[in-house]
Amino acid sequence: MSRTLVVVGNGMVGHRLVQALRDRDTAGGWRVVQFAEEARPAYDRVALTSYVDGWDPLRLRLDGAEFDSDDAVELVLGDPVATVDRAARTVTTASGRVQAYDALALATGSAPFVPPVPGRDLPGCHVYRTIDDLDAIKASAARARAGVGRGAALVIGGGLLGLEAAKALRDMGLSPHVVELAPRLMPLQVDEGGGALLKRLIEDLDVTVHAGTSTAAIEGDRGRLLAKLGNGTELDVDLVVFSAGIRPRDQLARDCGLPVGERGGVLVDEGCRTEDPDVYAIGECANIEGRVYGLVAPGYAMAEIVADRLLGGRATFPGADMSTKLKLLGVDVASFGDAHAATEGSLEVVVNDAVKGTYKKLVVSDDAKTLLGGVLVGDAADYATLRPMVGRALPGDPGALLAPAGGGGGVGVDALPDEAQVCSCNAVTKGDVRTAVHEQGCADIPAVKACTRAGTSCGSCVPMLKQLLTSFGVEQSKALCEHFSQSRAELFEIVRVTGATTFSELVERHGTGRGCDICKPAVASILASLGNGHILAGEQGVLQDTNDKFLANIQRNGTYSVVPRIPGGEITPEKLIVIGQVARDFGLYTKITGGQRIDLFGATVDQLPVIWKRLVDAGFESGHAYGKSLRTVKSCVGSTWCRYGVQDSVGLAVELELRYRGLRSPHKLKSGVSGCARECAEARGKDFGVIATDNGWNLYVGGNGGTMPRHADLLVSEVDKETLLKVIDRFLVFYIRTADRLQRTSAWLDAMEGGLDHLRDVVVHDSLGLCAELEAQMAAHVDGYADEWAAVLQDPEKLSRFTSFVNAPGSPDPAVSFREERGQRVPVLLGTPEVASR
Amino acid sequence: MTLAQDTAPTARTAWTEVCPLARLRPEEGVAALLPGGVQVAVFRTHDGQVYALDNLDPFSRANILSRGIVGDLRGVPVVASPMHKQHFDLRTGACLEDDAVVVATFPVRVEGGTISVGRP
Repeated sequence: MSRTLVVVGNGMVGHRLVQALRDRDTAGGWRVVQFAEEARPAYDRVALTSYVDGWDPLRLRLDGAEFDSDDAVELVLGDPVATVDRAARTVTTASGRVQAYDALALATGSAPFVPPVPGRDLPGCHVYRTIDDLDAIKASAARARAGVGRGAALVIGGGLLGLEAAKALRDMGLSPHVVELAPRLMPLQVDEGGGALLKRLIEDLDVTVHAGTSTAAIEGDRGRLLAKLGNGTELDVDLVVFSAGIRPRDQLARDCGLPVGERGGVLVDEGCRTEDPDVYAIGECANIEGRVYGLVAPGYAMAEIVADRLLGGRATFPGADMSTKLKLLGVDVASFGDAHAATEGSLEVVVNDAVKGTYKKLVVSDDAKTLLGGVLVGDAADYATLRPMVGRALPGDPGALLAPAGGGGGVGVDALPDEAQVCSCNAVTKGDVRTAVHEQGCADIPAVKACTRAGTSCGSCVPMLKQLLTSFGVEQSKALCEHFSQSRAELFEIVRVTGATTFSELVERHGTGRGCDICKPAVASILASLGNGHILAGEQGVLQDTNDKFLANIQRNGTYSVVPRIPGGEITPEKLIVIGQVARDFGLYTKITGGQRIDLFGATVDQLPVIWKRLVDAGFESGHAYGKSLRTVKSCVGSTWCRYGVQDSVGLAVELELRYRGLRSPHKLKSGVSGCARECAEARGKDFGVIATDNGWNLYVGGNGGTMPRHADLLVSEVDKETLLKVIDRFLVFYIRTADRLQRTSAWLDAMEGGLDHLRDVVVHDSLGLCAELEAQMAAHVDGYADEWAAVLQDPEKLSRFTSFVNAPGSPDPAVSFREERGQRVPVLLGTPEVASR
Repeated sequence: MTLAQDTAPTARTAWTEVCPLARLRPEEGVAALLPGGVQVAVFRTHDGQVYALDNLDPFSRANILSRGIVGDLRGVPVVASPMHKQHFDLRTGACLEDDAVVVATFPVRVEGGTISVGRP
């Protein structure tokens, strides 16, 4: 008979508790009933600000948030617990449901603190905590945008959350002001020196900072708001966001007589247990050892403890690492350990580079031998190596650690002990990574991520994971093959810069030997991406894999399949009839593909040009089904026919397919365009997918189906078509230039340092100054496109290669034969493989 | 030209003309039909050597080795099967990935600019 755990609250911590318990409770000792106040399943509140990119609540949803395939978990949405009866061991919800419990976990989180400013209840005043809050802010911002000139917004509170809110407001097109009572921004994390630099960097980004003052009053002013600051400044704004801190939501505990801390928070012991042994409290509503934590990592730790205790364990709270690293409005800020040098006798080492815009401070023990903490502003690359060093002996002079040479200055990952935590989000130690590498055979970053969960939350430790792999002796050679020590990306740059046009000169100057089936097609692809005529021209012909060499897809009996391009999946009846006639006349097995086109199977090498001739004469061209290149742009029928469609998805799909057809890339490229949010074209499963909104197009990148399904990430939202094409141009060329051989965009994006933010910086904000060059390369491709099939038909030399036997043109392969299955011809295979022995 | 021992022609070797040497680009293969329906894959390497192997890929049982990419691995001249990329030593027919597998080799001669393949 299983016992019942009732979880009050469905935030990140409450969700983690249920997840952890279900992971470990293999005996099925507990069933769980979880009550949520919000109407949507648990979502990533840490990433709340990213909701502004596309306003898609599903993107924030936590993995497995619905537990809909788990019979042992009942998730009740939109029905908060109203009272707890500890004597009866029941809870009663707002709707009146009474639920008995054997154990109760309070995970009610916290509520925004709204200071008692007159006018704080006026329309246009908001808090910043939930998806619904952001929707309300969006509505206010839309009203502001409808007015004259650029709208403005006031953020009250210049801490972490306030700066997040400022970013969201700026992304909504408003000019944000931030008011902070303390003399500097982020007073909890950053010291005075770091705060001064932070203010300067933030103000460069169109955010006005009013530090060292308060908000005295807010008044309504002809549909807008007038904010009066303590220092006399008056600001005309369209909306106000309060982000002045949080308070634990402990009312439920107070009402049922559980003790709370002086400044709030349900008092719990080191096992997260309240005074009542059947009641636990975790996360931001808990007061553990006199402290209330407003970060997710300590909350997760508490969730894990309760899961352990429910199963008979003795886990205790290890104390929390309050270290933080984040990118606020594009500015790196990190704070770790004793950032404010509160330890008695501690010393500070500061490097403040006003020119580069970086501030770095280390706090060390009085004998300068132990690292206690630090603050990094403007460049937080050293965070990953410095944070795990806290409390440990320094490997050298503290000043050397801040030396600009290389990440981590003088600290190498070798100096870290195995118990040092490298991923604080998921509590992964260096030893865990070592085990993953040595015992579980992880040989790259994606494998380590999957195995340990390190680097899967904030991602700040990924550079360090790379260093760890190297230090554990994992050969992360980027060499393309034995003939080239360079990576594909490096070879691409060599070809681009030197203008090399043949494999022979490349392998002679930059490689060894004569090449192989890995480097030859890779170089052929690079040459084709940079526009070197037909892919079978000159020496290129012998570099191509058989599919590219015969412009068709080899099948298991040595015959090929033929796929004509059907842009966007739109085809006239006449053309459909031609495909049917060709298939019938050549006896080709016919199948509709997943990419909304038609595949014709069973053509021999000598039949290929004859088939193409029929197709080309009818207005078809190569569909590049054989190439590592754009395959198809799938589309739904869109606003032309569909009663839900908001844009012409077919029109855009056709345009995209014609623009990028024939583009050679490190791997195949798939795309899709959906005409509304219902997403019938499955665009988020594509390398680049476009989804229509009422106001424009959302572009998603890095999606994949297949063995490693991955939903594409939103790169830009609600852009017009011109901007969309520009961003796709840049994205594709950046991918083509920098990806590894046979690395799809999804793996490329996963492996990219800085991830999606970095990609967006490069291809949207032009942080590397590359965009014009990327666009020019794409423009050259678009201008230089020609149909590969038609070109073969017009060239007797190329055409002569399409024979089964060089000494018997016209004779087909006598070993190829067919039988009939479901009314079509399918290959007869040559028996089971049997091979000669020496 | 040099020939591997087991492909050395004998007095009984029957030769079939395949194509002019110029028809075969360096590091390319072609298929040819020998009397009796035997299919051979003929390759020309970078250094001008010409080799002939059975065209049948022993792994996929399709006649396709002539369509593989020609190159070298650790100095050994090879063709990679276009189906699943196993490599075969052009000189001996030995599969580099599987010691137990070897494809037949055929004697080759180039006379008057024409390639001929023999049946031993």
